Amino acid sequence: MSALLAAATPTTTWYLILAAVLFGIGAVGVLVRRNPLVMFMCVELMLNAVNLSFVALAKRLGDIGGQTTVFFVMVVAAAEVVVGLGIIVSIMRRRPGATADDITALKG
Amino acid sequence: MELVVFVLAAAMILVGAIGVIVRRNPVHAALSLVLTLFGVAVLFVAQEAHFLAAVQVIVYAGAIVVLFLFVIMLLGVDRTEDITIEPFRIQRPLAAIVGLGVIGLVVASVSASRDVIGRGSGLEIPAVTGDGDSNIRQIARNLFSDHVFAFEFTSVLLTVAVVGAVMLTRKVKNGKGVS
Repeated sequence: MSALLAAATPTTTWYLILAAVLFGIGAVGVLVRRNPLVMFMCVELMLNAVNLSFVALAKRLGDIGGQTTVFFVMVVAAAEVVVGLGIIVSIMRRRPGATADDITALKG
Repeated sequence: MELVVFVLAAAMILVGAIGVIVRRNPVHAALSLVLTLFGVAVLFVAQEAHFLAAVQVIVYAGAIVVLFLFVIMLLGVDRTEDITIEPFRIQRPLAAIVGLGVIGLVVASVSASRDVIGRGSGLEIPAVTGDGDSNIRQIARNLFSDHVFAFEFTSVLLTVAVVGAVMLTRKVKNGKGVS
C-alpha cells in the first residue's frame, strides 16, 4: 500500500487535468447562471484554472516566466472585478433584481 | 504525502467550484468560491510557487471575495434565486455539452502531449537552494528585468480601474451625465 502511494506521485498532467475540469465547471456556470454576480464568480473560477496550469507548467519547464504571468493575471483580474462590480452596481441601482436576461439591450 | 495533499486540495477545489454554480444564494456561492481559491493556493505551494500562494490568499480570498460580499450586501441581492426556471429550453443541455466538450478536448490534448512537454530545472526551489526567499528573489529578478514595462503599465491599468469605478457608481444630482 505504501509502495503504491509512493509510486502515485501527482505529475504535471494531473494538475493540467484538474485545471481543465475547473475551467469546464466555470464555463458551464457562466452559461447557466443568470445572476450577474454569480456569472462573475464563474469567470474568476476560469481565471484560477488557467493560473493553476501556468504554475504547474512553470514547475515542469523550470521557467519562472509562468509564475510572473500568473502575477499579471491576478493584477488584471483585480482591476476587472473592480470595474465589473461598478457596472453591476450602477445597473442594479436602476433596476433592482435584474438578471442577465433583462440587460441584453446594452442601454439604461 | 504529495498524493494526499493533491487529493485533498483537488477535492476542495471541485466541491467549491460545484458549489459556486449550484448554490442558490449568492452569499453561499461567494463562500464556496473562497474554498476553491484556498485549494488553488495549496496547490500553488505544492508546485513551489510560494509567493503566488500568499498573493492568492491575500488578493483573491482577501480582497476580491470581500468585494463580492460587499456588493451583495450593498445591493441586497442576498435572496435565493430560483434556478429551476430555464429561460431557453435547451440552454442547460447545451451548456453541459459545451462544458464537457471543453474538458474532453483539453484532457485529450494534455494526455496526448504528456511526454512531449519538456523538462527543465531553472526554478529555484527553497528546499533545494536552502534559501527561504529564493522563489521571491527569482520572481523579482524576472519581473523587474524582463517584464518591467508591463509592470509599470499595470499601474496605469489600476489607475484607470479606480477612476472608472468611481465614474460608474457615482450618483448624478441633476439627472445628466453617465449612469
